[in-house]
Amino acid sequence: MTRPVLLLCQVLVAVVVIGLWHLLTTVPVLGRILLPPFFFSNPWDVGSQIYSWFASGIIWKHLGITLLESVLAFVIGSTLGVLIGFWFARQPRLAAIFDPYVKMANALPRVVLAPIFALWLGLGIWSKVALGVTLVFFIVFFNVYQGVKEVSPTVLANGRMLGMSERQLMRHVFWPSALSWMFSSLHTAVGFAVVGAVVGEYLGSAAGLGYVIQQAEGTFDVAGVFAGMFVLSAFVIVIDIFVSIVEKRLLVWKPDASNSRH
Amino acid sequence: MQAGEAATSMAVALDDATVAFGIAENRVYTAVEQATLRVADGEFVAIVGPTGCGKSTLLNVAAGLLAPASGAVRIFGQSLGGLNAQAGYLFQADALFPWKTALDNVAIGLEIAGVTRDEARARAQEWLTSVGLGAFAGRYPHMLSGGQRKRVGLAQVLIRNPKILLMDEPFGPLDAQTRQIMGNLLLDLWTKDRKAVLFVTHDLEEAIALADRVVIMSAGPGSRIIGDWKVPLSRPRDIFEVRLDKEFHALHREIWSVLKDEVMKGYAQSAGMGAVS
Repeated sequence: MTRPVLLLCQVLVAVVVIGLWHLLTTVPVLGRILLPPFFFSNPWDVGSQIYSWFASGIIWKHLGITLLESVLAFVIGSTLGVLIGFWFARQPRLAAIFDPYVKMANALPRVVLAPIFALWLGLGIWSKVALGVTLVFFIVFFNVYQGVKEVSPTVLANGRMLGMSERQLMRHVFWPSALSWMFSSLHTAVGFAVVGAVVGEYLGSAAGLGYVIQQAEGTFDVAGVFAGMFVLSAFVIVIDIFVSIVEKRLLVWKPDASNSRH
Repeated sequence: MQAGEAATSMAVALDDATVAFGIAENRVYTAVEQATLRVADGEFVAIVGPTGCGKSTLLNVAAGLLAPASGAVRIFGQSLGGLNAQAGYLFQADALFPWKTALDNVAIGLEIAGVTRDEARARAQEWLTSVGLGAFAGRYPHMLSGGQRKRVGLAQVLIRNPKILLMDEPFGPLDAQTRQIMGNLLLDLWTKDRKAVLFVTHDLEEAIALADRVVIMSAGPGSRIIGDWKVPLSRPRDIFEVRLDKEFHALHREIWSVLKDEVMKGYAQSAGMGAVS
């Protein structure tokens, strides 16, 4: 399938779905409207809601807050994940002692922590950042831990035979290997940072996309809920494209990350 | 060549080296038993043996990556404790740093020794050129073919100018033509400043074509050195042509008559193990 044809088919899916949505919410079938607009709204209302958000500019504030929370959650979570993952991997005894607790903490659905964080950190951005951090941390932690553990023994022996000291092995072998594993989980980590931010906002806040959706739900404004979801999806896609660009630059040396010369 | 005093001048001297691994509680696998091996300075020695006979184990002992359970290892007369700093090691598997370009992979050996980055890279570029990869400096290992990776590996090891070169089936994964080209490249580089070389291979032809001496090991476990032949072929050699030499064939036949039994034994054993597990 050529690129234009593929694109056409992709657009067609959207047209069909939106068309059906429009028909079923506005045109009666056998005297009945199958999707009552009260529960399903309709594409036109949702579109005009999105337009008015952007036209009036109110949505930018919420997007900005969500973005700020996501970025902070990602940066803090991955910094902690890298440092602790690296430390644990180099100290097997420490890792063994903490192993059950790490597993326990990771098994806990993080949503239940949201009220606790709201209690501790208030309704501002930091309770959302904390929730995002708990999600991002474990992904990065496990990847970095794995990355350090799974350094090829041959590459390691080669480093030693080339005369590397422990510190040089750290810098030239363990560190790049750990970072490469972290980068390969970049999409997941960034995605979870956004999830943490939005869920946190949804459960109690005064700004952000999660707040917008929650407010609309509170007033049975279904068009607002759908509009919020569409804006959120677009937001995540934009972030994902950005992450893909960064990833491509960071992992040029990886076989699958670069499609050149192969 | 068995005299103890001669060992002091030898690049590598193993005396009755036995290597054993604990594979399970109270069970020990003896990989190599009482191996005595001498490699003189500037001598090219090839070790040939059936699969799983502990050739690589012996090499790792000479590299200091493994300590023998008993016996002595001396490098230029000095008893070896820890890694062998005089040796460069070319591994069988890919050992390049995948996150470094070919140039940085070669330069790293100098950089960690304290040479400035600019100088290390300049000299690395020279080495890449001398292994025929001058134009590939900026490529990452995965962008290179198997043969090209081996060339980078060779440059990476040789740039440090080690006195001893240890090679563990370095050309094993390559196709037949590339192996011969790599063999000639190795001989060219080696002729310039004769290092002591310990070259492990399962390919007898390759061993005879390259080496001054060919050492044969018996099938494992507890493999021993069971033969030691001098290669009478003159140097410089061309790997393509040396195989047509009459002496080459005579020696090949002679060594193969010994090696064949071991290869069959080794094969039977590994087949047997496969059936059990």
